[in-house]
Amino acid sequence: MVNATHIGLDQVRQQLRQPRSQLKGRQATGQALEEVRALIGEPPTNGHRRDLLIEHLHVLNDHFHGLFERHIVALAAEMRLPVVEVFEVASFYHHFELLKDAETAPHMTVRVCNSLSCSLAGSDSLLRQLQNDLLDVKVVPVPCLGRCEQAPAAQVGQQAVAHATVDMMAQRVAQNQTAPEALPDAIRLDAYLQTGGYQLAQQVAAGLKDHESVIQVLESSGLRGLGGAGFPAGRKWRIVRNQSGPRLMAVNIDEGEPGTFKDRTCLEADPHRFLEGVLIAASVVGCEAVYIYLRDEYHEARVLLSEELASLQANPPCALPRIELRRGAGAYICGEESAMIESIEGKRGEPRMRPPYIAEVGLFGRPTLEHNFETLFWVRELIEQGADSFSAHGRHGRQGLRRFSVSGRVKQPGVKLAPAGITLRELVDEYCGGMAEGHTLYAYLPGGASGGILPARLADVPLDFDTLQPHGCFIGSAAVMVLSQHDSAREAAVNVMRFFAHESCGQCTPCRVGTDKAAQLMTAAVWDADTLQDLAQVMGDASICGLGQAAPNPIRCVLDYFPHEVGAEVKA
Amino acid sequence: MSTVQFTLNGQSVEAPAGKSIFNIAKDLGIAIPHLCHKEGLAPDGNCRACVVEVAGERTLAPSCCRSAKPGMQVQTNSERAVKSQKMVLEMLLADLPEQGNKWLDDRAEAPHGELSQWAEHHGVQVRPALAQLRRETVPADLSHPAMAVNLDACIQCNRCQRACRDLQVNDVIGLAFRGAHTQVVFDLADPMGGSSCVGCGECVQACPTGALMPKSHMGPQKVDREVDSVCPFCGVGCLVTYQVKDEKIISVKGREGPANEGRLCVKGRFGMDYIHSPDRITQPLIRKTGVGKDVGLIDGHTDWREVFREATWEEALDLAALPLNTLRQQHGPKSLAGFGSAKGSNEEAYLFQKLVRTGFGSNNVDHCTRLCHASSVAALLEGVGSGAVSNPVRDVEHSDLIIVIGSNPTANHPVAATWMKNAAQRGTRIVLADPRITDIGSHAWRTLQFKADSDVALLNAMLHVIVTENLCDENFLRDRADNVAELKAHVQSYTPEAMSAVCGIPADTIREVARAYATAKAAMILWGMGVSQHVHGTDNVRCLIALASITGQIGRPGTGLHPLRGQNNVQGASDAGLIPMMYPNYQRVSDKSAHDWFEKFWDTKLDDQPGYTVVEIMHKALAPDTDPHKVRGMYIMGENPAMSDPDLHHARHALASLQHLVVQDIFLTETAWLADVVLPASAWPEKTGTVSNTDRTVQMGRQAVLPPGGAKPDLWIIQQLAQRMGLGWAYAGEHDGVAAVYEEMRQAMAPAIGGIDWARLNAGSVTYPCVSADDPGQPIVFHDQFPTQDGRVRLVTAGLIPANEQPDAEYPLVLITGRQLEHWHTGSMTRRAKVLDALEPAATASMHGSEMQRLGLQAGQWVRMASRRGEVVLPLRQDDGTPLGTVFIPFAYQEAAANLLTNAALDPFGKIPEFKFCAVRVEAAPLQKA
Repeated sequence: MVNATHIGLDQVRQQLRQPRSQLKGRQATGQALEEVRALIGEPPTNGHRRDLLIEHLHVLNDHFHGLFERHIVALAAEMRLPVVEVFEVASFYHHFELLKDAETAPHMTVRVCNSLSCSLAGSDSLLRQLQNDLLDVKVVPVPCLGRCEQAPAAQVGQQAVAHATVDMMAQRVAQNQTAPEALPDAIRLDAYLQTGGYQLAQQVAAGLKDHESVIQVLESSGLRGLGGAGFPAGRKWRIVRNQSGPRLMAVNIDEGEPGTFKDRTCLEADPHRFLEGVLIAASVVGCEAVYIYLRDEYHEARVLLSEELASLQANPPCALPRIELRRGAGAYICGEESAMIESIEGKRGEPRMRPPYIAEVGLFGRPTLEHNFETLFWVRELIEQGADSFSAHGRHGRQGLRRFSVSGRVKQPGVKLAPAGITLRELVDEYCGGMAEGHTLYAYLPGGASGGILPARLADVPLDFDTLQPHGCFIGSAAVMVLSQHDSAREAAVNVMRFFAHESCGQCTPCRVGTDKAAQLMTAAVWDADTLQDLAQVMGDASICGLGQAAPNPIRCVLDYFPHEVGAEVKA
Repeated sequence: MSTVQFTLNGQSVEAPAGKSIFNIAKDLGIAIPHLCHKEGLAPDGNCRACVVEVAGERTLAPSCCRSAKPGMQVQTNSERAVKSQKMVLEMLLADLPEQGNKWLDDRAEAPHGELSQWAEHHGVQVRPALAQLRRETVPADLSHPAMAVNLDACIQCNRCQRACRDLQVNDVIGLAFRGAHTQVVFDLADPMGGSSCVGCGECVQACPTGALMPKSHMGPQKVDREVDSVCPFCGVGCLVTYQVKDEKIISVKGREGPANEGRLCVKGRFGMDYIHSPDRITQPLIRKTGVGKDVGLIDGHTDWREVFREATWEEALDLAALPLNTLRQQHGPKSLAGFGSAKGSNEEAYLFQKLVRTGFGSNNVDHCTRLCHASSVAALLEGVGSGAVSNPVRDVEHSDLIIVIGSNPTANHPVAATWMKNAAQRGTRIVLADPRITDIGSHAWRTLQFKADSDVALLNAMLHVIVTENLCDENFLRDRADNVAELKAHVQSYTPEAMSAVCGIPADTIREVARAYATAKAAMILWGMGVSQHVHGTDNVRCLIALASITGQIGRPGTGLHPLRGQNNVQGASDAGLIPMMYPNYQRVSDKSAHDWFEKFWDTKLDDQPGYTVVEIMHKALAPDTDPHKVRGMYIMGENPAMSDPDLHHARHALASLQHLVVQDIFLTETAWLADVVLPASAWPEKTGTVSNTDRTVQMGRQAVLPPGGAKPDLWIIQQLAQRMGLGWAYAGEHDGVAAVYEEMRQAMAPAIGGIDWARLNAGSVTYPCVSADDPGQPIVFHDQFPTQDGRVRLVTAGLIPANEQPDAEYPLVLITGRQLEHWHTGSMTRRAKVLDALEPAATASMHGSEMQRLGLQAGQWVRMASRRGEVVLPLRQDDGTPLGTVFIPFAYQEAAANLLTNAALDPFGKIPEFKFCAVRVEAAPLQKA
C-alpha cells in the first residue's frame, strides 16, 4: 500500500485533543527578544532593514557561537519577517551554526581547508588528527580558505593559520587565540595619502578629470573583469552609466574559487588603492551607494578594511558615496555576481536568471555596476600610467598583465604578476622557482576548480582569456594549481566535484542533482563514462549559473586527457 | 500590443512581446515538459525540464522564463534540448521512491504525478547507475491532520513555497539548507502540524509529485466524478470542485473563480466531510409525548431517542405545519415567526420569506444578518442607499492604502485576506484598526490597536484631521454629498489630542493615518463585525461612510466601502428578503408601491408593517400572554439561535417556551433540541442553487452527492410546508424547481439581477447589478451617483456612545467574542469536520501574556469566566494581540458557549446585539477533564 495512506487522523487528533495554549507555530519569548534587541538594537522608526538580515545573523552567531532557534524566532519577530524566511537564509550559509534550543554551542570552531592545494599539502591527515586530538572543540573541514600558498591552511575561530600543523593548532586552541591577527605591513590611509593617494579620486570627483577620458583609458587598456568572466571593464562602466538612476555599485570580494588568493593578498597589502578605484568608478558611473561584499573567511582583511573605511570616512578626500561593507557567510556561490546581489539583499545566495542583466536590474532592482576587487585595484594605476602601461605587456600575442594565484607543487607559490598569455611552463619556471623538489609536472588546473584540468603536454598553451576554451578549459580568476607525478587528475577531479556539490546552491536540478551524483560516480575505479557524459551535458547546457555550467569541466578533462586513470577508452 | 516575429521549431511565429516561449509553444499545441512551472505561480525556471535551444546562445534557455525576441530561432525539440529535458526528468526520477503518493489515475506504475506524466511523455526510464544512487529516504511527516508530507517525493521545485508565500502569503514554507540537502521546511524545519501552517492546502494543490498530499486522497487519483460548486463556508465565495468517489467527497480542489482564482482556506479544502458525519439526521424527528423542552439537555450528551422519535415525512410535515396554522388562526399572523438562513441558497431564502409573508401572514422573518452586519446595512442604506459593498475585495490591488477595521480577515475571510496581503506585497499600505492585533497586522503599515468600544472617537478624530487640514475632496462633496456642513461642524471638537485619551492611539498616529487615507490616490475601507456588533454599530459605519465621502474615496477602482460579509449567502439571503422590514431587493414593506407590487406579484394580501428582528422575536417569545404580538410558533431553517444569539440563557428559554417549534437542519443543533419537529435537510454539496458572495457575485452551487438516508432538499421541505399551509405553489423542474424559483425571484429583483438568468449562472459567476443579458455586471458601483432618492450620499454625524455594559469591580474585564479560522459560526458543521476538529478541538479564551501574569494565571490553565448572565469554564490561550484588560472567546463551542456571557443590548438602528463588548470576571478553575 502507499506510504501513509491510512495514517491516523484519529491518532493525530488524539494528540491534538488538548487545545493549544498559544498561537500556531513558535512564539518569541520575552527573554530571547531582549537578548536579540540587546545585540542588534531597537528597531528604527520604519523597522529594521531587511537587507541587514545576514549582518544581524552574524552578530547573533558570533555572540552565542551559533544560532539558537529561540533567537531566530525572536529575530524574525524583531525584523517583522516570517520565521521561515530567516531560517532559510540562516541555513543556506555554512558559517551559521544552527542549534536546537536544547543544544550547547561549541565554544570554539577549528576549520581545516580541504580544497585541492591544501589537500595536496596533507590537510586530510591534519584534519583527522585534529578531530582526534582536540576535544571540546568543533573541528570541521571547509572549502578553500583562500590561502593556498600557505597550504595546509586552517583557522582557529577567526584567526588564520598558515602552513598549519597539529602543534600550531593545539597551541592556539589552548591559548584561546581566536581573534584575527593584525596586518602590520598594510599601507594605511596616512601612508597611502603620502604617496599621492586619492589625488586622482579627488580630480575625478571634482570633474577636473574628464569622466569620458577615464572610460576611454579603461577601454584602450583592454582591462577585463578579473573575477573570472572577463567582461571588458570600460564597456561595463559605459553600460551602467547609461542606465537611469539611482545606480548602485557592488564589489565582489567573495574570492572563493579554490586556488584563488590574489584579492586577499592585494587587499591585505594596499586597501586604499582598491578604495580609490571604488571612488573613481562610483564617480564616473554615478553610483550613489557602494556595497562591498567580503567573504567571511577573510577576517584579517575585514578588520583592516573596516578600520580603513572608517579612517576614510572620517577624513574624506572627496564627497564619498554611501559605502557599506557586507560580510559573506560561507558560500562559494555568492561569488557569482547575481548570487552576491541576493546575499547583499539579505537573502539566500541563489543566482538569478539572466536576462535581465545586473547592469540593468541589479541590487534592490537598480542598475548596478558589479566589479571584482582586482579590477578596481587596477584603476588608479591604469589612469595614472596610461593604458599602454598595461596593454604593452603580454606574451604569445596576448596583451596585458594578470595576477596569477599559483599553488600546488611549485617551489614558490604565491601571487605572480605576469604578462597575459604566459604559458604554464614559463610561469612555473620564471615566477615560481620551478617545480617543487622531487616533483615533475603532470597536470595543472589553469582556472581554479571550475577551469578544468590540463595535462603536462599542454603546458605551453598561452594562459589568458579565450585561449583555453579550445582545450575545454578557461582561465577564470587565474588560479593555477599545479599537480605532479605523485598526484592524480582523477583525485583532483573528485576533490573539485565534491566542492561543487558542497557549494551548489541547490536551486536548479542539473547542478543540485548532477554535482552530487557525479561526485559519487567519480569515486569508482572505472568510470561510467556514458552516464558521466550525460550528466556533464545537462549540467553544462541547462544549469542556471556558471557553477553548474562549469562543474562538468573536470569530468570531461579527465575523460579527454587522463582516461588511463579511470579505465576509460583512451582516445587517439 | 506589440508583437515579435521569431522562429519556433522551424516555423515562423508571431507572438505578443514579453510572452514566454513556453506559453507561446503551449498555445501552438507544442508540449514542453515542465515541473516547477504552474499557471498562476510566478515562473521560476529552477527545474530546467523546459529548456529549449536558442540559436547562438551558449546554453539552453528555460522556456518558462524566457520571452521571445525578434528573429530568435528557438527549438523545443532539438536533439540537444530534448537530451537535457530527458536528463532532468531522469535525474529527478532517480531520487524518487518506487512507490509514490500521486498516481496518474489508478496506475501504480505512474506514481509521481506530473513527473511520471512527463517521464512517460519522453519515454524516460531511470538507468541502473543512477537508480543505485537514490538519495537517502526521509521519514514521512504526518503530524498535520489533513496533509501528508513525504519529502522522498520532493523535487525541490518550490511550487509549494510560492503557493504558500506568493499566493496565500502565509509564509510558512521555505526552502532551507543548500545543494542536494535543499529541503522544503515549515518554519524552523518543524513538523507541519506543529508549525504556523494554517492548513490552506495551497501547497498540496501546487505540488506536482505528491510530496505534499491530502491524507484523504493519496495514491490513486482517479475519482468517480468531479462536481463544480462553490464553498459553503464564508462570504468570500470561493469556487470549488468536489472530487467524489464511492458517493463521498474525498477531496476538494480550488477552482478558478472571480473571488478566489483557485485559492481556498482550511475550511473549504479540508472541512467538507461534515456532510458525511454520523451525526447527520436522516429521518424526521418528533418530540416524544410528555418530554419537556429542557434547555439542560442541549449539550448533546443525552441520547436523542429519549427526546425524539423518528417519523415518516408525511407525519412530520403534517405535525410541523398544522400547529402553525392553528396558532395563526387562534392568535393571528404575528404569533408566528421564521428564521431563514444565510447558509442556504438564494432560492431557499426567497421561498422561505415568501412562505412567512404569504403563509404565516406577517413580516416576522429574519436571519443571522441581524447578528452580523445589520448595523452596517442600516447605515449604508441611510447613507449611500445600498446595503451591499461598493467595490469587490480584489479591488484592493488598485488601492494605495486600505483600512481594515474591526475585522480579522486571515481567520474569517482567509482567501479575501490573501488579496490584501498580495496588495501589501506590491506596496499597498494596510492600516489595521482593531482592538485585537491579528495576523493581518504583520502585513500592516500601521496598526491602530484602539480601545475596544472607541471606534467613533478614532474615526471622528480622523475626520477632524481631514476637515481641519483641508484634505477634503470639495468637488466630490459639492456635487455628491448632503449634510456636509453639519458633519464638518460636528467633528470640530473631536481633535486627535482629545480623542487620543479615549481611543488610546497617539494623536500623531491618528493624523498620519488620516492624512495618508485622504491623500491616497485610491483608498478602500473593509470592515467586519468588530465595527458592527456594538450598540453604536450604525454610528461606527456612519463614520466610515463619512470618511470615504469627504475624501472622495468612493466610486472608483480601489476605493469604497466593503463590509466583509460573513456567511456564504448572507448577501443573497438579505437580497432575497429574509429581512423583517424589506421585501426582496430591499424594498420596504412599509412602502406602499412595493407593498402593492408584491401583493400583486404573489397574488395575496400582505402585512404592511415591518416584522420583528431576531433578538426582538426572542423577547416576543417570552412576552406575556396578553401581548397580541407574542410569538408562539416558529419555523427555523438552518439557523442555530440557541448558540448564536446573545445571552443564551434568555434565548434558549425563549425557544423552549414556544408552543410550537419546527427546526429544519442537517444536525440536531442546540436549537433543534428544543424543537417539536425536526426536519432533516440537505447539506450544501447535496443540493443545487445559487449564492451571492460579499462582492455581490451570484454563483452556482451544484449537487455532488445525495442527502443521506431520508434527508431532503430544503427547497422541497419549504414547498411541502407551504402546501400544508394552503399555498398553491408550483415550481416545476429538476432539483425541486430551483430554476423556476430563481426566475421568479429575478422578476422581483430586476434592478439587481434582471440580466442574470439561470442559464447564464450555469455558465459562470456574474456580479450584480446586472440589468440585461448584455450587461457584464458591475463590480464597482457609485461611479457618478448613489442609489439614494436624490442620488447623493447623506452624511450622518455620530457622537460617543459607550458600550451598554462597562467593566466594574465585580466584572473587571471586557469580553470580545468572534470566530477563529477553523470553525464556522456555531460550530455545527466544522466541529463535525474531522480535520477542523483536530486542529481546534476545544474552546479557549485568549488573553495577553501580561494580563495573565497580572491575574496570576498561566497559558493552558482552566479558568471560569462569568458575566452577569452566565459562566463558562475553559482553558486559556496566550495571544499577545489581545488587548490588556480584555479576553477573547470564539463562540463556536457549545461546551463553553461564549454567548452565555454576552449582552443582548441592541443598536437602535440595526437591532444588532453588542457581541463585541460585555463585562466579565475571570478566575482560576479547578483542573478540568480533558
